[in-house]
Amino acid sequence: MSAVAKSDSAPRSQAEARVRGFARAAARLLENPLAAAGLAVVLALVAMAVFADTVSFHIPPNAQDLNARLLAPGAAHWFGTDDLGRDIYARVVHGARVTLSIVALVAAIVAPIGLAVGASAGYFGGIVDVVLMRITDIFLAFPRLVLALAFAAALGPGIENAVIAIALTAWPPYARIARAETVTIAKSDYVAAVVLQGAAASRILFRHIVPLCLSSVIVRLTLDMAGIILTAAGLGFLGLGAQPPTAEWGAMVAAGRDVVLEQWWVATIPGLAIFIVSLGFNLLGDGLRDVFDPRAS
Amino acid sequence: MSEPPLFEVEGLDVVYAGRDEATHAVRDVSFSLGRERLGIVGESGSGKSTTGRALLGLIASPGIVTARRLTFQGEDLRALDDRGWQAMRGRRLSMVMQDPKYSLNPVKRIGEQIMETFRLHNPGASREAKGRALAMLEAVRIRDPEAVFHRYPHQLSGGMGQRAMIAMMLIGEPDVLVADEPTSALDVTVQNEVLRILDDLVSARGMGLIFISHNLTIVSSFCDRVLVMYAGRVVETLDAKALDQARHPYTRALLAAAPSLDAPKAELSVVTRDPAWLA
Amino acid sequence: MAASLLATILGLTAVTFSIGRFIPVDPVLAIVGDHAGKSTYDRVRLEIGLDRSVPEQYFLYLKKVLSGDFGHSVMTSNPVIQDLAHFFPATLELATIATLIGVFAGVPAGVAAGALKGRWPDHVVRFLGLFGYSMPIFWLGLVGLWLFYAKLGWVGGPGRIDVGFEDLVTTRTGLLLVDSAIEGNWDVFSNALGHLVLPAALLGYISLAYIARMTRSFIIEQLGQEYVVAARVKGCSFWGAVWRHAFPNVLVPLITVIGLSYASLLEGAVLTETVFAWPGLGLYITRSLFNADMNAVLGGTLVVGAVFIGINAISDFLYRIVDPRLREA
Repeated sequence: MSAVAKSDSAPRSQAEARVRGFARAAARLLENPLAAAGLAVVLALVAMAVFADTVSFHIPPNAQDLNARLLAPGAAHWFGTDDLGRDIYARVVHGARVTLSIVALVAAIVAPIGLAVGASAGYFGGIVDVVLMRITDIFLAFPRLVLALAFAAALGPGIENAVIAIALTAWPPYARIARAETVTIAKSDYVAAVVLQGAAASRILFRHIVPLCLSSVIVRLTLDMAGIILTAAGLGFLGLGAQPPTAEWGAMVAAGRDVVLEQWWVATIPGLAIFIVSLGFNLLGDGLRDVFDPRAS
Repeated sequence: MSEPPLFEVEGLDVVYAGRDEATHAVRDVSFSLGRERLGIVGESGSGKSTTGRALLGLIASPGIVTARRLTFQGEDLRALDDRGWQAMRGRRLSMVMQDPKYSLNPVKRIGEQIMETFRLHNPGASREAKGRALAMLEAVRIRDPEAVFHRYPHQLSGGMGQRAMIAMMLIGEPDVLVADEPTSALDVTVQNEVLRILDDLVSARGMGLIFISHNLTIVSSFCDRVLVMYAGRVVETLDAKALDQARHPYTRALLAAAPSLDAPKAELSVVTRDPAWLA
Repeated sequence: MAASLLATILGLTAVTFSIGRFIPVDPVLAIVGDHAGKSTYDRVRLEIGLDRSVPEQYFLYLKKVLSGDFGHSVMTSNPVIQDLAHFFPATLELATIATLIGVFAGVPAGVAAGALKGRWPDHVVRFLGLFGYSMPIFWLGLVGLWLFYAKLGWVGGPGRIDVGFEDLVTTRTGLLLVDSAIEGNWDVFSNALGHLVLPAALLGYISLAYIARMTRSFIIEQLGQEYVVAARVKGCSFWGAVWRHAFPNVLVPLITVIGLSYASLLEGAVLTETVFAWPGLGLYITRSLFNADMNAVLGGTLVVGAVFIGINAISDFLYRIVDPRLREA
């Protein structure tokens, strides 16, 4: 603990305690240079996605110019152009949007579902636990990519279907984590006290138990992001996911496949983008885990 | 004593480098040990276990061990390298740890673990190992040595596990044994049994014993001399028989706090700590 | 335990059935194609039982699956099960070799990294690992092909074997290396090996990254345990304590990890096979997908899913055997 914490007075409200805790955690996270780098990458991704037009200097990502096909990276086109003369830099920047939306949507789906299923299973126990965990195990046992392929085959390619396909196989680990934490917490005196105060089960679950599971879930989510990005890019590479002419990094790599020998930048640069973003999430996730659960490093 | 002391410790310090400040787990501890039983008593955090581990060279970074003098049978322990320690531990110096649930390897059979100590120090005498291990199991009064030999640690009760640990650590015939809270993890009914076994073995072999515990009552009845530790320092050294003549307020407070069937008190006393003791 | 395995596989069939049944595309058309006549359409419609209730249809489906009838592939016009048997060994070959690389390189690396935590071997292993699971494998494959095949000519190109060497050995196991070794045809063997090296190394690296990371984490956990201290007290050397005491305890959870890695390689092969035109199950599924060949896609998914589940079940089982504390339980 830093010297600052010792000399401060005690926090005056729960909100203040939370803010202080958050600030302490953030400070510790940033002490780790790798985690800080990861955070920088993630923030850059968000910035690129939100301010795509500005960051790409308003170059339209889908504007074709058949006279400027397959140009090498240079002053006019920082990352060169692809086989339809589109500016790759602009496409990479706009591709960030696609990547971020997929990641955000998947996260927004799997975290609540996983938490709900796991916390309920852990808290109510008995038959509820058995049934929910059986279902979780079944979904956990499915191969993610192949199932996504099957979905895409059935429902057709597209971002929404890709998100559904990934989310359907990504939620089980969160249910498991939430359940494990809930089982431990539910036995604690802290929860017994709330029960004695007459709280209903739903209140106990949502206001007391779930917040305590959150840190594990957040760490796991961040680490999973990297894998989700890779799966989404993989689907894009195979031609599922975002459809042309939308710029999507995986699809861009696939498009550059034929010319990889001579015009290496068409496939290599989007691939590098995928790699860097995935690396960033992994570094951030590792850093978060060190802060929240140092024993597990 | 005509023989030189087994252990000579002067100014032992163990410091852990921390993120913002260093922690002094052990401060300026000095004592000597002959073929006798020395008890080290203190509460959690007093540095008694750390002292014991420092004597066996088990303090790893970020801990740093320094001493003006730290000799065992005349050898300077501070100068020992890995090889030197390997030869020393198990053979001349050994340690029994607190909880057999954790201190025995869960995936190896008991017999295997006991034989290992023997084999490490008697290479080439493999065939004798089994016989010796069985003999040790008998010496710690395990009723069916052959059966226990083939068992896994999780199949033994606490008392049996601790006895197996004692067998494992004494088979090398060390001259000094450090017992770190050897009975603290056991049921009270089993504690006495294990203590008696330890007593017999230590006496029969003429070993030196360092008995580390938070329980002043056990230590005073079991040991010849007692070291009282508080916050990393030795606050008092006395003969076990002369405990009632203790002078340091902490020792007196510990004595007063021990419940007694003969002189029941209406209220158990609690130690009031004087910050002066930390100086 | 067997009951839960059964439940999981049944669950898988329910999923594949649902996908097949509730797709927006007319399932009959998916089977007979666009040019079938009305009588064929009606016949097939009755055959797949579309006139019955959904649970009945599911049972019909289940019966067929259990008897190995996955329908016919629109693309190859073979029974899907025949196609699957033909393409599966290639994927098996790739995944197996990659896992072997992952185990024999990854485990020692992980042990070294964990035992020497904070020192340079640890940093090296951790970085290699980090790169491994941040890496889009299809991209690395492309880069690898460009470098080692196009530029350096060190390895064979896409495909499993050069055209001139095809069909030179009789297919016994479907595993080219094994089949050619049996016949002593070393030309075929070395050509096949040349093609196998790059995709196997790639997948092997991914496997290695995961296995090394988990091994490192397990070893660090074990090295903090009291029984390791006890081993040092007995006079054990540092590395003796690592390999003879900590490692056997690491083996227990490691089995599950290796199983998981093997299983995930089987499906990760999908992307690698696309890049390397490797004629395995992944390529089969992807191609069927683009031909709207639902039978093939679902049949392939079912097989991959079942093998995936099966491997995890086996490693679960082995876990119970290896850990003495679980043996009687």
